[in-house]
Amino acid sequence: MAIETLIWFVPAPPLLAFFLILLFTNRNKALSHTIAVGAALLSFTGSMIVFWQALCVEELGKYPFESSINWLPVAKGWLAVGVLIDPLSATTLFFVGWTVLMIFIYSVGYNNYGQPAGDHDKPGLQPHGATAADEYGHTHHVPSIEPMYSRFFAFIGLFAFGMYLLVVSNNLLTVFVGWEIMGLCSYLLIGFWYAKPSARAAAIKAFITTRVGDVFMLLGIVYLYSATGTLNFRTIFSEEILRRLVETPAGFLGLSTAGLISILLFIGTVGKSAQWPLHVWLPDAMEGPTPVSAMIHAAAMVSAGVYAALRMFPLLNAEWQGHGLTPAMTVIAFIGAFTALFAAVIAVAQNDIKRVLAYSTISQLGYMIAAVGIGAYVAAAFHLVMHAFFKALLFLGSGSVIHGVEHGVLHTGEHDVDPQNMFNMGGLKDKMPVTFWTFLIGGFALSGFPLITAGFWSKDEILADAFGHGHLAVFSTLALAALLTAFYTMRQITLTFLGKPRTESAKHAQETTWTMTLPLVVLAVFSVVAGWSGIPKHFPLLGMFSSNWFHEFVGGTLLERPETVEFSFIPLLTSLVVALGGLFLGWLVYRNVPAGAEDPLKRPLGMLYTWMHNKFYFDQLYDFLFVRPVIWFAEVFTFLWMDRGLIDGILHAIAHFTGVLGSFFRQGIDAPIINGFGDLVGDSTKKAGQSLRVIQTGQVQQYMIAALIFVFGTLIFFLYSLP
Amino acid sequence: MIPLSWYLILAAALFCLGLFGVLARKNAVAILMGIELMLNAVIINLIAFWRYLKPDQVNALVFALIVFAVSAAEVAVGLALVISIYRRRGTVAADEIDLMKW
Repeated sequence: MAIETLIWFVPAPPLLAFFLILLFTNRNKALSHTIAVGAALLSFTGSMIVFWQALCVEELGKYPFESSINWLPVAKGWLAVGVLIDPLSATTLFFVGWTVLMIFIYSVGYNNYGQPAGDHDKPGLQPHGATAADEYGHTHHVPSIEPMYSRFFAFIGLFAFGMYLLVVSNNLLTVFVGWEIMGLCSYLLIGFWYAKPSARAAAIKAFITTRVGDVFMLLGIVYLYSATGTLNFRTIFSEEILRRLVETPAGFLGLSTAGLISILLFIGTVGKSAQWPLHVWLPDAMEGPTPVSAMIHAAAMVSAGVYAALRMFPLLNAEWQGHGLTPAMTVIAFIGAFTALFAAVIAVAQNDIKRVLAYSTISQLGYMIAAVGIGAYVAAAFHLVMHAFFKALLFLGSGSVIHGVEHGVLHTGEHDVDPQNMFNMGGLKDKMPVTFWTFLIGGFALSGFPLITAGFWSKDEILADAFGHGHLAVFSTLALAALLTAFYTMRQITLTFLGKPRTESAKHAQETTWTMTLPLVVLAVFSVVAGWSGIPKHFPLLGMFSSNWFHEFVGGTLLERPETVEFSFIPLLTSLVVALGGLFLGWLVYRNVPAGAEDPLKRPLGMLYTWMHNKFYFDQLYDFLFVRPVIWFAEVFTFLWMDRGLIDGILHAIAHFTGVLGSFFRQGIDAPIINGFGDLVGDSTKKAGQSLRVIQTGQVQQYMIAALIFVFGTLIFFLYSLP
Repeated sequence: MIPLSWYLILAAALFCLGLFGVLARKNAVAILMGIELMLNAVIINLIAFWRYLKPDQVNALVFALIVFAVSAAEVAVGLALVISIYRRRGTVAADEIDLMKW
C-alpha cells in the first residue's frame, strides 16, 4: 500500500469502533472493549508505520507525504481536503499513537472490567462497589464495573478519531472538524457521570468556554480563506501568499492581515489549550473519569491547541524580522508566560490530586505557548511531545492512586473520606510500588529533574531559547514557574506516597490490576528516554554523544531551519537550581504532615493562600461578569420584559383589539342589519301566510266557486280586451 | 232541419244544470253526477259541431269517445274515494269533509 493511502486510513478504525459499539455491541462489554482497543491498536500500528516511513525520507520537510481529494465544490473549482505528514505531524502522530493506545488499555482496568455489577449502581453515576463472597463464605466490598462500560469506549473511540484526524490533516478545515469532534467528546466524557450535578455543570462549562475560543478560530479560518482562497497549509505558507498577507493591512488596531488572522486563530488555541483567561474549564473537567482527563489533558485536546499553534507558526511569525516581536507574537508570549506562572501558583494550594495536575497542565501548556510566542518553534514542539508522555503518565498514575484509595474506602467503609484529597493519603509507596515509581518518574519529568528525565531537556531548551534570544521577562517568568512546578510536584508526591498513612483507607490501599499498571510502565519509559532525542549538541559532555535528532528532524518542517541558540550556562544553571531547589523545598515542607493537619503553607502565606486555594476567584469573577448577567438577561430581560411584557403584550393587545372589533361588528352590523333583514323576511312571510290561510277552507265546493269566478273573469277579460 | 243553435242551447242548459249540481248539492255522489252532466253537455256540443260543420272528418267522434272513457274512469275513481271517505267518517256530505282546512 502506498504510504499516502495508509495515512488516510490511520484515523478510521476508532471511528468505526465508535459506530460498531454504539449500534451493535453496546450490551456486550467484553466485545466492546475488544473492538475499541483493537481499533486503537490498528491506528497505532498505522501511525508507527507512517512514522517509520517518515524517518526514512531525507528532507521530509521539503518533500512531505501529501495527498488530497476534492471535497466541496466552491465558487472557483473545488475545496480540497487531504492528509499531510511532515516532521511535525509525524512526531505528533508518534506520541498520539502511543498515549492513545495506553489510555485505551488503561480504561479497561480503570472501569473495573472483570468485577461484579454494583449493588446499587445506576447509569450516570460512578460505580459504588459491590458485595462479593469469597470461597470461605466471607463477604467483601469490592469495586464494581462501570454501568455504562461500552458507551465509555465508544466515546473515547470518537475522541481518538478526532485527534488523529486533526493530526493528519493538510488543511485548516479538517483540522477544525477534528477540533470540534474533540470538543463534543470532551463534553460527553466530562459529563459522563451525568447524574452528578457537578459533572453536568463541568461539561457545560468546558463546552461553552472552549466554544468562545472556537468561534474566534472559525472567524480566523474564514478570514484566512477569504484573504487567500485556500486552506491548505503548504499553499498558505508559500512565500508569496505570506508576503501578501503581511503587506495587506487589516484595518484594525494597525495590524496586518497576517497579524489579525494569527490572533484570531490563537484565541482558538487559548480556548482549547486552556490558557488564561479561558483556563477555567480545565480544572472542572476533572469531574470526568481519569482516562478522560489523561485523554483531554495529555494526548488529545490540549495538545491539539498547541499543535494548531505550531501548525500555523509560519503565519504567526510571518512578519518577524528576527529581532523584537510582532504584535501577534507579543500577545502569544505574554499569555503563555503569564499562564505558566499563574497556573503554577494556583496548583501549589490545591488539595485534590487531579486538580493539581490540571493546573500543572495549564502551566506547562503556557510554557509551550510562550515558546511559540518567542519563536522557539522546535522547543515548543519538543516540550509538547515530552509533556504528552509524562502528563498522560501522571494522570493515569493519579487515577491508579484514586482507585487504590477507593479500594481502601470500600474495605474500611469510611465513606466520608474523599479518595482524591491528597491529605487523606500518605505512605502509599509500599502499598502501590508500581504506581509510586512510575508516578515518581512522571513527577520528576514534570519538574525537570536534571539530565535523566525528558522534561529537563525540553524545559531547558525553552529556557535557553528565551534567554538566548534576549527575552529576559519571559525567561524569568518561566524560571519562576519552573520553581513552583517542582515545588508542587514534590508536594504531591510527598503527600501521596511518602510519610505515614493519614487515614485507614490509605492504609488499606491496594495496587491496581495489570491493565492499569502496564500503561504506566510504558509511559514511564518514554518519560525518560524520549528526552534523549533532543539533547543539544553544545551541552557539556553529553552533547558529544548527541546528534540532537529532534531539532534536526522537526526543525526541518519550516522553510528556514531554525538555528540552535548558543550554549550558555545561565539558563542551564537556572533550570538546575529551580528544579532541584523546588523538589527539595517541596519535600522539606511536606515531609511530616500529620493526619488532620492543615496545609503548612496556610499560616505563613495568610491571605495569599486563601486566594490561591480559591483559584484567585476567577470562577466567581466570571460568574459575576458573564454567567449572572446572562442568566439575568435570560430570566428578566428576555423572559419577563421581552417575552412576557413586549411580545405577550403585543399579542394581548391584538387579541383585545380583535375582540372589540368583533363585538362592534356583532352589535352594529350583524345583529341589526343582517339578522334584522333575515327576521323581517321570515316575519313577513309568516304574517302573509297567517292572513292568507283563511282562504284554505278545505271545502271543495268553495274552491270550485273560486275557480269558476277566475275562469269567468278571465273569459270576460279576454272577450272584452281582444279586438 | 233543426238548427245548430238549439243543440247548443240544450248543451248550455245541461252544463248549467250540472254546474249548479256540483256547486249546490251537499252529497258527494250528487256532485259527481253533476260533473257527469257537464261532461255530457260538452259531448253534445262536440257532436253538434261535428254534424253541422265538418261531417266528413272523424276527429270529433274520436274525441267524444275519449271523453266518455275519461269520464267513466273519473267516476270510478271518484266513487271509490267517496266510499272510502264514507267508511272513515260516516258521511258523504261535502261540507263536512274539510281535512284540508288550515
